[in-house]
Amino acid sequence: MATEGLVRTGVSARREAIGAFARRHRYRPLEALPWAAAIAAFAVFPSYLPLGSQILATILFALSADLVLGYAGIVTLGHAAFFGTGAYTAGILAANGWGEPISGLFAGAAAAALVGFLSGLIVLRTTGLALLMQTLVVATLLHEAANKASWITGGDDGLQGMDVWPIFGLFRFDLFGRTAYVYCLVVLFLGWWMARRVVHSPFGRSLTGIRENVLRMHAIGAPVVRRRLVIYTISAALAGTSGALIAQTTQFVGLGTLSLDRSGGVLIMLIIGGVGRLYGAFIGVPLYMIAQDRFSEVEPVYWYFWIGLLMVIVVLFGRGGVLGLADRLRR
Amino acid sequence: MSDTLSAIVSIGFHGVAFAMVLYLISVGLSVTMGLMGFVNLAHGVFAMLGGYVLTSLMNRQGVPFAVALAAAALTTAIASVAIERLLYRRLYGGDELDQVLLTMGLIFMSVAGATYFWGPVQQPMLPPSWLSGQIDFGFRSFPGYRSFLILCGAVLVTVLWLGLERTSVGVQIRAAVDNLRMAQSVGINTSRLFTLTFALGSGLAGLGGALGADLLAINPSYALDNLIYFLIVVAVGGLGSIRGPFAAALLLGIADTGFKYLLPELGAFFIYALTMAILLWRPRGLFGRA
Amino acid sequence: MINGAALETRALCKSFGALRVADSIDFRLERGARHALIGPNGAGKTSFVNLVTGALRPDAGAILIDGAEVTALSQSARVKRGLARTFQVTALFRRLTALENVTLAIAEREGVADDLLWPAGRHQGVIEEAYALLEALDLAEEALRPVNTLAYGRQRLIEIAVALGLAPKVLLLDEPAAGVPSSETGLIAGVVERLPPDIAVLIIDHDMDLVFRLARRITVLVEGHILVEGPPEAIAGDPQVRQVYLGERAPGSARR
Repeated sequence: MATEGLVRTGVSARREAIGAFARRHRYRPLEALPWAAAIAAFAVFPSYLPLGSQILATILFALSADLVLGYAGIVTLGHAAFFGTGAYTAGILAANGWGEPISGLFAGAAAAALVGFLSGLIVLRTTGLALLMQTLVVATLLHEAANKASWITGGDDGLQGMDVWPIFGLFRFDLFGRTAYVYCLVVLFLGWWMARRVVHSPFGRSLTGIRENVLRMHAIGAPVVRRRLVIYTISAALAGTSGALIAQTTQFVGLGTLSLDRSGGVLIMLIIGGVGRLYGAFIGVPLYMIAQDRFSEVEPVYWYFWIGLLMVIVVLFGRGGVLGLADRLRR
Repeated sequence: MSDTLSAIVSIGFHGVAFAMVLYLISVGLSVTMGLMGFVNLAHGVFAMLGGYVLTSLMNRQGVPFAVALAAAALTTAIASVAIERLLYRRLYGGDELDQVLLTMGLIFMSVAGATYFWGPVQQPMLPPSWLSGQIDFGFRSFPGYRSFLILCGAVLVTVLWLGLERTSVGVQIRAAVDNLRMAQSVGINTSRLFTLTFALGSGLAGLGGALGADLLAINPSYALDNLIYFLIVVAVGGLGSIRGPFAAALLLGIADTGFKYLLPELGAFFIYALTMAILLWRPRGLFGRA
Repeated sequence: MINGAALETRALCKSFGALRVADSIDFRLERGARHALIGPNGAGKTSFVNLVTGALRPDAGAILIDGAEVTALSQSARVKRGLARTFQVTALFRRLTALENVTLAIAEREGVADDLLWPAGRHQGVIEEAYALLEALDLAEEALRPVNTLAYGRQRLIEIAVALGLAPKVLLLDEPAAGVPSSETGLIAGVVERLPPDIAVLIIDHDMDLVFRLARRITVLVEGHILVEGPPEAIAGDPQVRQVYLGERAPGSARR
């Protein structure tokens, strides 16, 4: 065997491996698909735009949960805490005289980030059941607080009387939901862009390390607690943004935004699409919400049953959700 | 008896009775989670099943209380063995997220199933005549059924403690909770132990759900509504322990009852804040292993 | 400082209730050392490693890396001071590729890992170094495969590669060949032999063949205290050592 040939293979294999590794963050054509689909939906389904806006905002919520769950490996049952905080912040502002949407969005994100940071300081010191428990308690605590503070939140009846001003003073929220849809699409795009950047950064890669083996992360000198806190806060901000979006586009905020149902729902949507792959949210959320929209009117009991069964089946057989399935089919 | 003292005694009494129900239901969860490391959010489903069995048998078939109780516990234990063998055992040692989602899926299915079989309305539970009414303790009289609940709880924690300390099965369980690999290497059949413990824990939950059917209402969303209570007892008490959940249940039961009577505006807010504080101080629970 | 050891413990003590796992241990690991820590089961070797790396807090005593005291520092902080370890049971980032595993370590070392704005792919130097490290250990072929798909022997080697990625001054190898088929033990021993001479290496192991092949100095730990310390020939001939191992095996001639 010619050593020259061997050397050449060695060098080119090396270049190939390093090159492939270094190029992972580059945009691929397939990534334009969700946006093309969203724009197409705008044109093709004009009467479903309100549902469409909700789907877009929920995708942002699921994306934020994926950062924490899929990338950092933090299993949380209380992500709705941040969603609801953002929703109520934007809602309370709009119901009390300040209806400017963009600043409302930022306010929601900031409030949620604060809640995320503070609760993260407490919650992220532990792992396993203690952590799961604490995330649930934080969300339930906020739910209870919102319930009791009905003089500002509207309590059980929900927040009424929101008045959201036109975006930039120009684009009024119309009855068909066109403005809302574009608004949600743009915010989702920005949120996605940020999330994608974080995921492909050295920080994002270190998160997968934390997820795969915390012990090892400590043993290579990584500041694990700090990293988890940072991603938890970023995720909370994005979740708060999505909550604010929902509040502003539906002009209503209810206790459901802080519920276990909401926290659990986002987990289900992610597992359907595929956890830890950035695009799981884009697949799982529309599938779930469209099915829910169709199905749960027909017979809510059956909805619960089939969703429960789906979860059991996906966990036992469909590891990786739709994206995981696509992977296996490709091989 | 003065008014405030009377109120305190009353709160204490009802709180302890509530605590006993919580304990009965949650102790199984604590032991199985400590033993199998499996996040079983669907534990409340077994309590609910016990409640439905009892109320159905008593209300629709006129079955006597004691028999219905035994049926509730047995049915739940058998059902749990099926679930453990078919579903749970595939996920031991696996991803936590998987376990959370699987058990949540089971909760959802249980909501649907309960609505389908028994309808959406709460099942009423009437204690048998020989337990209802008041029992006169001399200085005060107390509701008979609540006294019975407290008695059950006390008897149970004693039996469990004796069982863990004195029987060979108990020793095996303690060994396995302490160090699973070590237990396996000394020849303990951990697979059978898991099933047995799980059946026992779930049977107890069924019993607790049945006994406590007038405290924790039996309706389809039972497992969801009360999930946080059971998790608080287990997390605050500590996994793999039988004393821990007892202490935690007492804390939670008395605090919850107290706040309902004294400060209903605060609601459960204080309970959750207290839980967070305790978990912050002792992340593994009050009696959890470090 | 010139006479300073790479790693030193002074009067290191740790007890779990009545169980003394570390009984005033005075230990020195010289620069560039090839040192082994042996002892029967329950001697306290694992506890010693955990004390040194910071996974366990000592009851008393001091730990120094390169002459500077690190007793109060966390695990991560000690890594920054030049300490690296491998685990007895492979602890890699399971679903990540071999290349990814090593780059994570190098990225931490270089302080690059806190960057959340720019793509990781920009840091060519980190990736190149990681690949070179894998090549040096003959692992280049598996670079892009998830480590949980690789043979256990390869995984043990990647463990070492990850630790090397930290450019440590002190390397603790906790049973480097544990769980590896005996045919591949030589491979791992070869890798350890070829380690850069300026790294101080401490091997904790039971395998006497491996220990006698690799170590220039051996410390015998029994029930939390150092029984005897010296070059391999002295240890092999020491009657106390042989008694401690109770004729289980004669050093140098046995298999695990």
